[in-house]
Amino acid sequence: MSLKVVIPTPLRKHTGGAEVVEVDAGTVKEVIDRLETKFPGIRNSVCDDSGSLRRFINVYVDGEDVRFLENLSTRAKDGSEIAIVPAISGGV
Amino acid sequence: MSFVKGLRCRECSREYPARLQAGCEDCFAPLEVDYDYPAIARTLTREQIASRPANLWRYRELLPVESDPVVGLASGWTPLVRADRLGKALGLDHLYLKNDAVSYPTLSFKDRVTSMAVNKALEFKLEAVGCASTGNLANSVAAQAAAAGLPAYILIPESLERSKVTATQIYGARVIAVRGNYDDVNRLCAQIAERHPWGFVNVNLRPFYAEGSKTMGFEIAEQLGWNAPTSIVVPMAGGALLSKIHKGLHELQRVGLLQEPVTTKLYGAQALGCNPIVDAVRRRSIDIKPVKPNTIAKSLAIGNPADGYYASGFIQNSGGWADDATDTEISAGIQLLAETQGIYTETAGGVSVAVTKKLVEGGHIDRRGITVVCITGNGLKTPDAVTLNTPEVIDAKIEAFERVVEGVAHVA
Repeated sequence: MSLKVVIPTPLRKHTGGAEVVEVDAGTVKEVIDRLETKFPGIRNSVCDDSGSLRRFINVYVDGEDVRFLENLSTRAKDGSEIAIVPAISGGV
Repeated sequence: MSFVKGLRCRECSREYPARLQAGCEDCFAPLEVDYDYPAIARTLTREQIASRPANLWRYRELLPVESDPVVGLASGWTPLVRADRLGKALGLDHLYLKNDAVSYPTLSFKDRVTSMAVNKALEFKLEAVGCASTGNLANSVAAQAAAAGLPAYILIPESLERSKVTATQIYGARVIAVRGNYDDVNRLCAQIAERHPWGFVNVNLRPFYAEGSKTMGFEIAEQLGWNAPTSIVVPMAGGALLSKIHKGLHELQRVGLLQEPVTTKLYGAQALGCNPIVDAVRRRSIDIKPVKPNTIAKSLAIGNPADGYYASGFIQNSGGWADDATDTEISAGIQLLAETQGIYTETAGGVSVAVTKKLVEGGHIDRRGITVVCITGNGLKTPDAVTLNTPEVIDAKIEAFERVVEGVAHVA
């Protein structure tokens, strides 16, 4: 399935400046695998040594935080938008 | 004149110059402003601070501004109120309220953080400022931006009450409603901040913005005669205020301004309908599980608290605890505070009071120590949080009045 991945500014050093990258993947984990194949080194920015998402990285599939879904196992639909967004602070 | 050394990543300690930046480029963790503490310790004295005007800039050496502040000149230095009647109701011998319900200019503690953010936006020569907000922050950014002559873009959840929208639009701010909850709005803000040369106070200005919250801790200590209290109860949304009060007290100690070392226990208060930090403390963990907020305490409704991990750690390391309050308990807390101390707070203050009650009952707070409860906002902002009886209507006749107040002692 072709998915659209939105890359935040701090990660664009890995993607040659690209804001949006298309990958073929079924789950969030596969998205990260494909990104790593295309842009070696990006995984280490998104995941910690155990392979989990870093504490200060949030990943959204079609606008929903994957921590409310199935984390890295969350499935995407064809054409889904995967947004990688650094966690930011409060306010309110 | 500034003692700022730069920004430092809270996780990996990577250092950056003091510039516009949301988080660490390597690990995305928040950045802390780092100061030259030995130099501050050599120059700053209690007497010097005491001789300065009664506003938050009296602690300027420990704040991240480079040039003279332009806005927020009357912000800070809110009353620390001795609260014997509420103390008696809660079972606390020495209770004080840090009353930011009367903060200048917009009646919430957010005036402290926007004082930093808007002055930094001017220093960085930004074209505009913005924020994601459900109320207090929106009011404060809009007001301080207006005073600074900067355009403000305020993103709010679509469901926000009309009264809160008006209290932001009145300052000439551009208010944009977003379909979704606060966390959705916040995420959009992070993405906008990447595309536009604006200062989003809680995104790329965040390291500086957040420093303003330290002044609540500075003032509490100075108002207690340069002593840190035994216990502090802090309402938590993102967890930044609690973390910064902790930082503030420890900075005062580090630069030699406190009488005794800090042993303050920190207590966090949340609404039951949005309690991810309380949940982590209960599990004795620092891992935050995000939630979908559902509470009348909208000013605390962050389901995905960015500083939750730190707040949870500081609470546990200080020997404190955290608890939550139902909507009914929050309303009761607002009323109890008003009826015992004559202070009308918004829902976050109701959360603080209700949770303090639980913490005392649960034996978590030392009843004989000095307790400070942070009241962070004004009740006039959330009038719908309590439901009171409709006043009696009478004819303009003395007999009618006497009938209504029957049983109340007559004045001779």
